[in-house]
Parts: sequence; C-alpha cells; structure tokens
Amino acid sequence: MRDRGLIWIGLAVFLALLAFPAWRNLWAHASAKGPEPVLPKTEKQCVLPVEYMKTSHMKLLLDWRDAAIRRGARDYTAPDGRHFAVSLTATCLRECHGAKTDFCDRCHNYAAVALPCWDCHQDNNPRHPFAPSARDGDASPERLAEVAR
Amino acid sequence: MIISRQAFLRLSGCSFLAGAARKLKAALAPARWAMVVDPAACARQPNCTKCITACHQAHNVPSISDSRREIHWIAKEPFDRAFPGQEDEYSRERIAPAMVLCNHCDNPPCVRVCPVQATFKREDGIVGMDFHRCIGCRYCMAACPYGSRSFNWQDPRPFIHNPNPDFPTRTKGVVEKCTFCSERLGTGRAPACVEACPEKALTFGNLADPSSPVRQLLASRRHIRRRPELGTGPNVYYLL
Repeated sequence: MRDRGLIWIGLAVFLALLAFPAWRNLWAHASAKGPEPVLPKTEKQCVLPVEYMKTSHMKLLLDWRDAAIRRGARDYTAPDGRHFAVSLTATCLRECHGAKTDFCDRCHNYAAVALPCWDCHQDNNPRHPFAPSARDGDASPERLAEVAR
Repeated sequence: MIISRQAFLRLSGCSFLAGAARKLKAALAPARWAMVVDPAACARQPNCTKCITACHQAHNVPSISDSRREIHWIAKEPFDRAFPGQEDEYSRERIAPAMVLCNHCDNPPCVRVCPVQATFKREDGIVGMDFHRCIGCRYCMAACPYGSRSFNWQDPRPFIHNPNPDFPTRTKGVVEKCTFCSERLGTGRAPACVEACPEKALTFGNLADPSSPVRQLLASRRHIRRRPELGTGPNVYYLL
C-alpha cells in the first residue's frame, strides 16, 4: 500500500488529460454559445420565411444570381407579393442586414465556412467596401487598412 | 361617302384591334439591343473620355497603366486599329478614332468556345458574362476577333479608387468585358457610356423596333461594322 500516493497522482493526471478539451476551451475563452448575428432592427420578415432562409439562403442567392445575370430579371416577387431588387449589396445588406461582419460573418466564422461572395461583392461598410473575407484571416485593423489602400 | 352606323362601328373596332395587335407584337418580340457610334460627333471633343470614365466607374473597372495588364470595357481606337484591312495611308486623317467595345455579336465566337458557359448569348442579343462562373481559361479572349475582353492578371481591387458599391468587382483570374449595361437595362436605364456622352455620339436601342433611334440612324446614314466578313454579326455600328 506504499504506492497510494503515486496512484492518486496518476489518477489526477489521467482525469486532467481526459478533461483536456474542457481545459483548453476555458483557457481559450471559448463558449458553447451559438453564433449571434445582429438582426435587422426595422424588418421583421426576410424575403422568405426565416426557417427557409436559415437553411437555404444560399439557394435563394444562387437563384437570384442566375435570374439577374442570365434572364435579366432584376426584380424578385416574394410569395407574399412584396418586391425586391435582386442585389446582394443593395437589398440584403443595405436595406436590412448592415455590414457583413455583423451578420454573415457571425455564423460563417462560427461554422468555419469561407465565403467567396465578398471577393467580388462589396460590403455595406462605407469605410471598408472591400472588407476581407473570412478566408483572408481576421479582419484586423492592419489588414483593413491594407485593403482600403 | 355615306357610311352606316354599323359599318362605322365595325371599321373602328377592326382598326382598334389591328393597332392593339401591332403594339402587342412589338411588345412580345424580344429586343435586339445594338449601338450606333458616330465617330464624327465623338471627334468634336478630341480629348473627351467621359464615356470611358462613366463606364469604368459604374463597373469598377480597375485603372492599370501597364498595357499588358490593363483592363478596358470601352476604349478609343484610331480607325486603322478599329477597322484593320480597311485602312490606308490617309484613313487617320479621313475618319476620326472610334469608340470600341464588345460588339455583342449575333454569332459570338467567345460563347462557342467558353467551356463553362460563363459567357452566353441572351435572348435580347446581349453577350453576357457570369463572372461567378469564369474559370479564367481565356479561350474567349483568343476567340474574340475584336480584343473586347480583358483578363485580370492580378487582384483588381487595389486599382479601383472610387468603387461603385452597387456593382461587384472581379477577382484575379477572371475575364471581363462590356455587358451593354445589362444591370441598367434591367431597371430601364440606358447604358452608362450613352448617358455620359456630351455629343450624343453613342446611340443605343432596339433593332427589332423599326421606330427606334438606332434603326432610324441606320436607315438614314451610311455605316460600317468591325470585321463583318468573319461572320460574327457585330451589333455595334459606326456611322461614316
């Protein structure tokens, strides 16, 4: 029974290693909270119901792209009869969601999904219309200044 | 001549119907967009570049001075460069430089060679570009006999000084060209270059409509097109 001390130490080390993911997250200030996109203040209803937009907004955007570019349809009529100009920057961002960093990036960074949209389309941020996309790394002030130049 | 009331009503009804049918036919027929350039009117202001500036500003075309990498949607070219084979020693004196842009051909070779259908012929005659889909193979640039297309050899954004937020930029590795301002036509506005020209040297309109300004100009003035012998069917006309 002289090994009791060693056993307890070994057990403690084992439990510490087992709980490593928890320790690491605590150390990195990570939390189990989901992403928190900034929701539009004025609009309550998106182009289509929120549930559809959450899961399938990319399909709608691709449909808009094909309609506008290939068929020249620059006006979209939602099922409830409202009309929207087919434009990512002018309609989605400027009329509702504001800057992409407040909305798009929140979920996409959380899910680690890189967006190529902003390689060409412009952000609704008057100071940084060419905001870097997620795959360019963090939107650090140096990086923004570099892009703005 | 005496006409009965019944005959009068019948006649007026018929003429009303005929008028409505003509209107309907014109409305249903797809537009065929075309441009008429008047180099003589353009030459009244030899140093004017307002159409180029307006176009490049509207579409976020980068201003790159290196001629190997420069990008243009519309440019001013002397006669012998715009119309090779038709020039002679005196052409530069005789005919003013012309604005050159995509000809939106009836039979566009760029569309035929594009392996991903990133460039395509629309029903209204516009040769469109889907920048999303372009893979940068530059087949279209090799196929276009007019040099209307430019390739982004580098990220264009550092060369766009006053971006228009309503139009996307391009990325490195994408071909771009004039789209006849399809984004403006979709909202009922004339192309940016046409609006910007102080001499009204550029006229834009629908070839399918006999009363359109382009048709009237083409009916009343002598005109040429760039390299029609190639069979591309260019839709930009130059008045002589």
